[in-house]
Amino acid sequence: MPDISSPPPRLELRGITKRYPGCLANDRIDLSVARGEIRALLGENGAGKSTLMKIIFGAAAADAGELRWEGQPVTVRDPSQARELGIGMVFQHFSLFETLTVAENVALALGPAAGDPRQLVPRIREVSKRYGMALDPERRVHALSVGERQRVEIVRCLMQDIKLLILDEPTSVLTPPEVDELFVTLRKLAAEGVSILFISHKLGEVRALCHSATVLRAGRVTGHCDPREQSDLALAQLMVGDAEGLEARYPKRSGDKVFLDLSQLSWRNPDPFATSLHDIDLTVRAGEIVGIAGVAGNGQDELMALLSGEECLPLQAARIITLGGQAVANLPPDARRRLGLAMVPAERLGHAAVPSLSLADNALLSGFQQGLVRHGMIQRGKVSAFARRIIERFEVKTPDMHTSARSLSGGNLQKFILGREILQNPKLLIAAHPTWGVDVGAAAAIHRALIELRDAGAAILVISEDLDELFQISDRIGALCGGRLSPLKATAKTQTSEVGRWMTGQFDTAANAADAAPTSTTY
Amino acid sequence: MLLSLEPRGQQSRAMLLLSPLLAGALTLISGALLFAALGNPPLETLYTLLIMPISDMYGVTELAIKALPILLCALGLALAFRARIWNIGAEGQLLVGALAGSAVAIQLIDVESRWALVLVFAAGVAAGTAWAGLAAWLRTRFNANEILTTIMLNYIALNLLQYFIYGPLKDPAGYGFPQSAMFGDASRLPILFEGTRLHVGVFFALLALVAIWVLVQRSFFGFQVKVLGLDRRAARFVGFREKRLVWLALMVSGALAGLAGVCEVSGPIGQLIPQVSPGYGYAAITVAFLGRLNPVGILFASLLMALLYLGGEMAQMTLNLPLALTGLFQGMLLFFLLACDVLILYRLRVKLPWQRQFVATPVAKGA
Amino acid sequence: MDLDLISNILFAMVRTGTPLLLVALGELVCEKSGVLNLGQEGMMLFGAVIGFIVAFATGSLWLGVALAIVAGMVLALLFALVAVYLNANQIACGLALTIFGVGLSSFIGTAWVGKPLVGFGTLAIPLLSQIPLLGRMLFAQDLLVYLSFALFAVVGWVLLKTRTGLVLQAVGENPAAASAMGLPVRRVRLLAVLFGGAMAGLAGAYLSLAYTPMWAENMTAGRGWIALALVVFASWRVFRVLLGAYLFGLASILHLVLQGLGVSIPSNLLAMLPYVATIVVLVLLSRDAVRTRLYAPVSLGQPWQPGH
Repeated sequence: MPDISSPPPRLELRGITKRYPGCLANDRIDLSVARGEIRALLGENGAGKSTLMKIIFGAAAADAGELRWEGQPVTVRDPSQARELGIGMVFQHFSLFETLTVAENVALALGPAAGDPRQLVPRIREVSKRYGMALDPERRVHALSVGERQRVEIVRCLMQDIKLLILDEPTSVLTPPEVDELFVTLRKLAAEGVSILFISHKLGEVRALCHSATVLRAGRVTGHCDPREQSDLALAQLMVGDAEGLEARYPKRSGDKVFLDLSQLSWRNPDPFATSLHDIDLTVRAGEIVGIAGVAGNGQDELMALLSGEECLPLQAARIITLGGQAVANLPPDARRRLGLAMVPAERLGHAAVPSLSLADNALLSGFQQGLVRHGMIQRGKVSAFARRIIERFEVKTPDMHTSARSLSGGNLQKFILGREILQNPKLLIAAHPTWGVDVGAAAAIHRALIELRDAGAAILVISEDLDELFQISDRIGALCGGRLSPLKATAKTQTSEVGRWMTGQFDTAANAADAAPTSTTY
Repeated sequence: MLLSLEPRGQQSRAMLLLSPLLAGALTLISGALLFAALGNPPLETLYTLLIMPISDMYGVTELAIKALPILLCALGLALAFRARIWNIGAEGQLLVGALAGSAVAIQLIDVESRWALVLVFAAGVAAGTAWAGLAAWLRTRFNANEILTTIMLNYIALNLLQYFIYGPLKDPAGYGFPQSAMFGDASRLPILFEGTRLHVGVFFALLALVAIWVLVQRSFFGFQVKVLGLDRRAARFVGFREKRLVWLALMVSGALAGLAGVCEVSGPIGQLIPQVSPGYGYAAITVAFLGRLNPVGILFASLLMALLYLGGEMAQMTLNLPLALTGLFQGMLLFFLLACDVLILYRLRVKLPWQRQFVATPVAKGA
Repeated sequence: MDLDLISNILFAMVRTGTPLLLVALGELVCEKSGVLNLGQEGMMLFGAVIGFIVAFATGSLWLGVALAIVAGMVLALLFALVAVYLNANQIACGLALTIFGVGLSSFIGTAWVGKPLVGFGTLAIPLLSQIPLLGRMLFAQDLLVYLSFALFAVVGWVLLKTRTGLVLQAVGENPAAASAMGLPVRRVRLLAVLFGGAMAGLAGAYLSLAYTPMWAENMTAGRGWIALALVVFASWRVFRVLLGAYLFGLASILHLVLQGLGVSIPSNLLAMLPYVATIVVLVLLSRDAVRTRLYAPVSLGQPWQPGH
């Protein structure tokens, strides 16, 4: 029973349960946040954090349980009701409208009573100044950086009488210095009495910011604690059950002959709002893993597309990318694959795999050059055998190979896709965010498979936002920022702080030095 | 809310087959209600519409004749639709096929060699292919939306056909009627059974059916088309050539529609007339969807559609109902089908007002 | 060419462009909300036939117009139920709507083909209609044309100056975010589709009650489709819709111009002009894929359902 004399917590959840077809996303969850408290909600991807937040914000309805707001039981039917209570949410994938201005975005969120967007401009300026978040209310959102967009979301919440601010993985899109700025703002808000729910899986940040933490695992609360008093290992164990594989150390290698060579790759993106690439030099040797860090949107997708052949350069620029000495920059994906390239793109569904097709068909998708097609006809027997080998070798949990790709869990599908690429015996494997949204067990398996492939002599390039992962598995490391690549260093000879600086663009290359005059031809 | 949709997670295979049947049943019910409202006895009218046309052998052969152009067009459309290339232009492709075939046939009226027929067909198929190729070119070269270009090409083809019928191809001995001269015998498709109009064109249709089935179900080309339709990014990722697939899918589509057109003029009609097609190309759209873009399904759907055409004519003659009945039923059928298709991915739940509380209470108390 | 001829051509251009303007404005609003309704042709035809029958039976042209609008909305409602609420493929639903509308209108209109009706007459505004060249075009039209001017102004104002316009744009760009913000995405889309239906019905009534006061099967002759192309031509911007509608109107009456110039071309070939013009315009405007993508509502054609 709560103490009668102390004020009731701002938000209290009791026994919140939410079931989706085939999974129990939230199982009798209890949680409370006091006035001015910064509480972390810790958990792996898929632990049920986002579902719980949606329930609090009225974007989803709980099947059972009770929600108390300042001591009173309430039902939050939709987001506008949540907003009236004083709940604001900053989404992981921003809920902004790119074609509208900052002020128009704010006006839409505040409802008809807020009045004309133009009338809001001075207030937006005032709020953003007060909390140290520089913003121009009259700019259109598509012209803003990722960090600025997050500020729009936060300012949008602060424009109303806010009592509880929910942030869903807010740091995943920020560089380390931007994270520090965000934390200053959040502490200031908490000091003014705003309660904050901070969703994350990054232990270091939680310890730096939060007063308390609630840990979720597989839809259940596994503990409440003060993160400042817990070790990483103890927190990790609450999050994942057993922490095997988390601490794995792999020996570093220096690699053999250069297999992938990019020299002075510059590419102008036809989409004016997306990143162009500038003077990228990169080599990957057989038998080494090269890691590329960076916040999403700094040219990773573009680099992947140019490496895979989804974007081609003209014939006269063919030598800008070579595979085993052969010029490939003008070749389409299938031709590059014949030379030993394999790719694992960032998006599993809708890029690496077709969601509604079976695993067997998805095996055929990129494996069609492995003797699975003869005289234009699909060799069904061989396709099945190939799919079966992937499923067995990589321990993909699935009823059978006729199951559609979309019905597999993230980790299992990722193992399948990686297995599909590895079983084509690549000389070069390029993987983007290989363990994003994957549970710890699958992530460890994926890391082991990559190391094994490296030790078998393949060249590997990993692009990831997760610095810890890159330090764990890569032999050399660099970072992308604004379409430029930092110099690469042996992982053993650098630290996260240095790579963190590279991620903000603080590095010296020929390209950065000669900013005004590009040193190579742009395609 | 009393009714709610709940995602199934997986496609329901049963509903995949049941949904067209359900849609058919709903169309019949709505049709019966409509007839009753118009003062026609519903069951009798449905009988006239759906049973009477095929109550004898001659009727069955007429059904096959009607189904032929629809089947050919729909098979081609299915291939394009699988790639999400919305070729709405089967009608125009059919018309130019008929026009080009006729133009050649009229030059060859006095030729007695069977090669005449080959030339006529080559011209018709080539014209249909080219007409669809035009849309492919506009799409791959200029990024022009193929729905709109193919529709526009339909209207252009219709006007072109009329221009030729009223102009250069008009039969000088035709008393001024807008029609071409009758083709020579060598340019006509041979009749299969004496006393009927059933011609060898049905073999073309069966051949096309098998070929498209193999292409769609067994070939790597069919797989690429399917992937392109489901997920363009994945197709690009593994290096499927989007432009080439668009060209091929549209050209196969156009070739089959052109074939349908030339079959009509050198088969049952025997000359070029303004009403070559009572909307076969549009009916084929409904048929392609109704048959689930699957060649076997399309076969059945095209027979059903042909029945609606024959029934419409029958109802006009015996009950004095407007011929447009066919189009009305077509529209209803497609609409009901799209609505019923929801059940493939969703389950319909009837939620009674007290059920919600029943679930919520015990857990809330236990906490 | 003398001034009279030019004045006549301008007058006919606006008359011919009016049905296109009406449908395209409706479709513009619909597409802004993220819904692609290919059923314009069907809704127009249904509006045309209902408008004609009602006006013929009751003798009231305005009642005909009102019920034509309702008729367009009824078909739009059918479309919205299946495409917006049941998440069916919008392209397939639009095609179904057109096939249905064509069939339904010919079915119920059979008995009315060729019946004579006195339609809306022109109403010249004194003095203003005397302005040289532009007077006839702008001030000697029938009431429905004046109504189209007003509707253009209203739609433009709502889209560009009001919160409703913002909401529409937000829903069309990012329905998930709009919903997270508490905007009723499906209701907005439903209303947008209904508005599109009303405008198509009105355009149909304009054809059967003012432009050529009669009913004939398929009398819209592809205008619903041309309107769809017009929206692409306009890059989803309302002023360009007006411009495009009158340009297409001009293309459709080019035979008048050519007659004026003394050129003779078979009428069937001339009739192709608007369709050829549509293709040419599509080619010119779609060539730059990036540009099209920048202006098109991002979620256009994609069904959206509330999260769970």
